[in-house]
Amino acid sequence: MSDANSRISDLVTANDVVLFMKGTPLFPQCGFSSRAIAILDHCGVTYETVDVLQDMEIRQGIKSFSDWPTIPQLYVKGEFLGGSDIMMEMFEAGELQQLMDESGVAKVG
Amino acid sequence: MPMSASTIEAAILAALPGATVELTDLAGDDDHWAATVTAPQFAGLSRVAQHKLVYAAFGGRMGGELHALQVTTVVPK
Repeated sequence: MSDANSRISDLVTANDVVLFMKGTPLFPQCGFSSRAIAILDHCGVTYETVDVLQDMEIRQGIKSFSDWPTIPQLYVKGEFLGGSDIMMEMFEAGELQQLMDESGVAKVG
Repeated sequence: MPMSASTIEAAILAALPGATVELTDLAGDDDHWAATVTAPQFAGLSRVAQHKLVYAAFGGRMGGELHALQVTTVVPK
């Protein structure tokens, strides 16, 4: 396993909810990442983010790790859930909130 | 490097015969697209697996030559 793979594996194991994104929650650098943050905030859950623009190894590594070509990417309890389109579809159907509840993810506040 | 609507549609149809593709140019720059893809091949697959089929249509060009493609997948009724 390459370094990038083991680092990503550690990140998604150590944190219940991890968003790999471009930029930070306060300053997202891409519309899709911005939308993903807005969805997570609406769910009211705590989450970790990884700014792939600051880490070329992760930026390349996450694409093969998930077998998914684009950023952002959401992991919940170590499982790859999808990008911002899937997050939006699931959120609108109420499935994302339900999954967060059932997974016992910590709420904000 | 933008990708035209006809190129995008042709790539998806080649990978998913029998699909219908609806494209919207989100920014008017030929570079930010939304695609709603309805395909019988999606039946029984998870959302991640459905989207992967669409991405696979573009080989390695997704995220590079094709900068932004918002994907919605639909299983035909």
